[in-house]
Amino acid sequence: MYVAVKGGERAIENAHRLLAHERRGDRNVPELSLAQISEQLGLAVDRVMSEGSLYDRELAALAIKQARGDLIEAIFLVRAFRATLPRFGATEPVDTGAMRVQRRVSSTFKDIPGGQVLGPTFDYTHRLLDPQLAMASDPDAPALAEASHAPTPRVTDILGQDGLIEPSPQTVEGAPVGDLTRDPLGFPAGRDLRLQNLARGDEGFLLALGYSTQRGYGRNHPFAGEIRFGEVEVEFFAEEIGFAVPLGSIELTECQMVNQFKGSATEPPCFTRGYGLAFGQSERKTMSMALVDRALRARELGEDLVAPAQDEEFVLSHSDNVQATGFVEHLKLPHYVDFQSELGLLRKLRREFAEANAEPALKEAAE
Amino acid sequence: MQSLDRALQPGFADKVLSAQATFRTVMEAMARPGQVMQVEDGVGRPPSMMAGVAAIALTLFDQETPIWLDAPLSGAPDIGAWLKFHTGAPIVADPALASFALVAAPEQLPDLRSFALGSADYPDRSTTLVLQVASLSVGPMCQLRGPGIDGTVSLCASIAPADLFARLSINEALFPRGIDVILVDGRSLVAMPRTTRLAAAGG
Amino acid sequence: MNAPTYNFAYLDEQTKRMIRRAILKAIAIPGYQVPFASREMPMPYGWGTGGVQVTAAILGPDDVLKVIDQGSDDTTNAISIRKFFAKTAGVATTTSTEAATVIQTRHRIPEAPLQEGQVLVYQVPIPEPLRFLEPRETETRRMHALAEYGLMHVKLYEDIARFGHIATSYAYPVKVNARYVMDPSPTPKFDNPKMDNCPALQLFGAGREKRIYAIPPYTSVVSLDFEDHPFTRYKFDAPCALCGAEDSYLDEIVTDDKGSRMFVCSDTDYCEGRQAAGHRGTQNAAPHKEGAHV
Repeated sequence: MYVAVKGGERAIENAHRLLAHERRGDRNVPELSLAQISEQLGLAVDRVMSEGSLYDRELAALAIKQARGDLIEAIFLVRAFRATLPRFGATEPVDTGAMRVQRRVSSTFKDIPGGQVLGPTFDYTHRLLDPQLAMASDPDAPALAEASHAPTPRVTDILGQDGLIEPSPQTVEGAPVGDLTRDPLGFPAGRDLRLQNLARGDEGFLLALGYSTQRGYGRNHPFAGEIRFGEVEVEFFAEEIGFAVPLGSIELTECQMVNQFKGSATEPPCFTRGYGLAFGQSERKTMSMALVDRALRARELGEDLVAPAQDEEFVLSHSDNVQATGFVEHLKLPHYVDFQSELGLLRKLRREFAEANAEPALKEAAE
Repeated sequence: MQSLDRALQPGFADKVLSAQATFRTVMEAMARPGQVMQVEDGVGRPPSMMAGVAAIALTLFDQETPIWLDAPLSGAPDIGAWLKFHTGAPIVADPALASFALVAAPEQLPDLRSFALGSADYPDRSTTLVLQVASLSVGPMCQLRGPGIDGTVSLCASIAPADLFARLSINEALFPRGIDVILVDGRSLVAMPRTTRLAAAGG
Repeated sequence: MNAPTYNFAYLDEQTKRMIRRAILKAIAIPGYQVPFASREMPMPYGWGTGGVQVTAAILGPDDVLKVIDQGSDDTTNAISIRKFFAKTAGVATTTSTEAATVIQTRHRIPEAPLQEGQVLVYQVPIPEPLRFLEPRETETRRMHALAEYGLMHVKLYEDIARFGHIATSYAYPVKVNARYVMDPSPTPKFDNPKMDNCPALQLFGAGREKRIYAIPPYTSVVSLDFEDHPFTRYKFDAPCALCGAEDSYLDEIVTDDKGSRMFVCSDTDYCEGRQAAGHRGTQNAAPHKEGAHV
């Protein structure tokens, strides 16, 4: 006798209990603290803050711990929390030109005002596994020097003084800036919405798309004009007192790509820009973002739309890893009702196919 | 803010649950055109605004919904302040920009084409017209048909402007663009979305 | 740390207002997909975030909620969503189609006829019926604006040329109120006739794709077909093995590794109701037993 399966509620509870157990792992091993994650897995925290669109190291560390190190799951947790937060307003635009840089490199000039600063980077490390790290590590204290007070102007601003690069678009006073978390994205999308989408977009997706532009799928001849990482001040204009008050500082990575020049009958040739920005230290993300931003400007700059990275609807519709993972993984939900419908149709079509093909044979046998 | 607060009429006693109950009434009205529905009692409102209109405003208006007011409403000093305080909705002078239009003197209703009718791509970007009318229980009878109506439905009402149905017939040619209307009499309301047609008038 | 606190039915009031306005426009323009600013929900995209947002925007303390997935109240995703609303809205829940005021569903329409005053909320993965013929939103939006649905008819006709039938068995496209072609969500085409002239209000929510659409009560919903190839409802060869119903949609249950099968109602509430009323199928199982599910 057949009895329909019940008890799903208990199954869910037990599954979640088991998940919590597995997350904790061997209880003889000390439990991770949020400070440990924030301090020692800092780049994971940076990525979760960027793609989660919420600057909060502690919550991002909690999300990483809760997600057992699955960063897309952690980003999802942060996004779901962010969606419930009340909004007080928008900050003043941050001034990355006034960044207190910890790292700053330009590939377009040998030396730049304020200097090239290598800072904390994997660049030029030899990728040899370090067995010493398997034990408690006690690295040397960082080298120190007198802080320089020389300004560190953006390389693109230096190029801009001679008109060699297109001006950075200026915000119109009082003009609203789009927010795709408050209004559904429509096409064609303005650059504000495109950049917001890319800033929240999956690092791996943008990396692959950016890479594809370098290999000829929408090539735009990039030079890394400048990559800088450091702290900037965040200010909020308070209507009650009539001026901007500082809220604190955040760490940002900014990448400005300098791309092939263009010109027209009325405008002299000049370099064009691709822009990338992320919370924390996220160079791969910001460089990829800048390449894709520039590729997505193809229509605006009168270039042929031939490559995936130039296809605004394709890129913006598939960049979000929370959306993508949800829909890919939803295939594990039961679909047996639809499958039954397909089974019925397939059986019918096969039966008809067999009958149609059996007829000549029968005829022959009868003859 | 303090003095303004004191001078103003209150809104919903329970913002969350009253808004939910009002929305269900309006949704039910929109889904069943021609049927008279009642919003719950006890909503605070400025004197010249009917309770049904106040409940709709408190339920559906906010910073994202520009509101157009007809002359009697925009002339009443308490209406704008009440809307601003309770909903934050901006008041606009151009009816073509309005998400909602509130009309206290419907006999002077402007040409429907001066409101937003939506576009062919986005027909939802249209004004919802909220008219305060004399009665939704007594008056000439008309019969309506369309989606949401099982056959036809009869409505007895005293509505201005007298040619409202003739004017709304632009919805037929414009569809899917068009204008959606909510008629209010005190706490009673009747919705006529752009799909509703006059089947017969008279009685 | 910012400890989270949540509103009645989870969504904040501003979000509810935005969704409520979209629902009203959706009802006013039957079958048209209204864009809405879908929020990030605490459950994955593709798992019912659209349906959950619609339900959260309409639900009140007096409602009685039923949630089904594949026709069953007891599938894990249905349980999970039901628990979400029981927890965030304190709302009463039921498995009875008749007792429910709001029914959220994935992939089925209940067998028992729906009534005036009920609301059926569908979870929708891909709301655009033309999407698999034309992936670009910019193009499909124009096709809807012009009511230019030739592409869909060509696709269906190609099926007939190739297979002798329209080879679409679920998410079978319909035309609503003689204007918009609409995706009924991935329900089997068996359920399509239930949408036509239905006394209940039908609301559709697609969270990831950020669309809400609706069919008002008593509205014409026609499955696309051709005069010489009319729409046919899927018909099962055998009645339900548990309740003997001959008019319901059936699940195929594989009962051993030799290929033995049986067919039982997909709508568990309908099946249990019939068994309680004394109807029996060939397997004559007693209802409401706990099975092994670890």
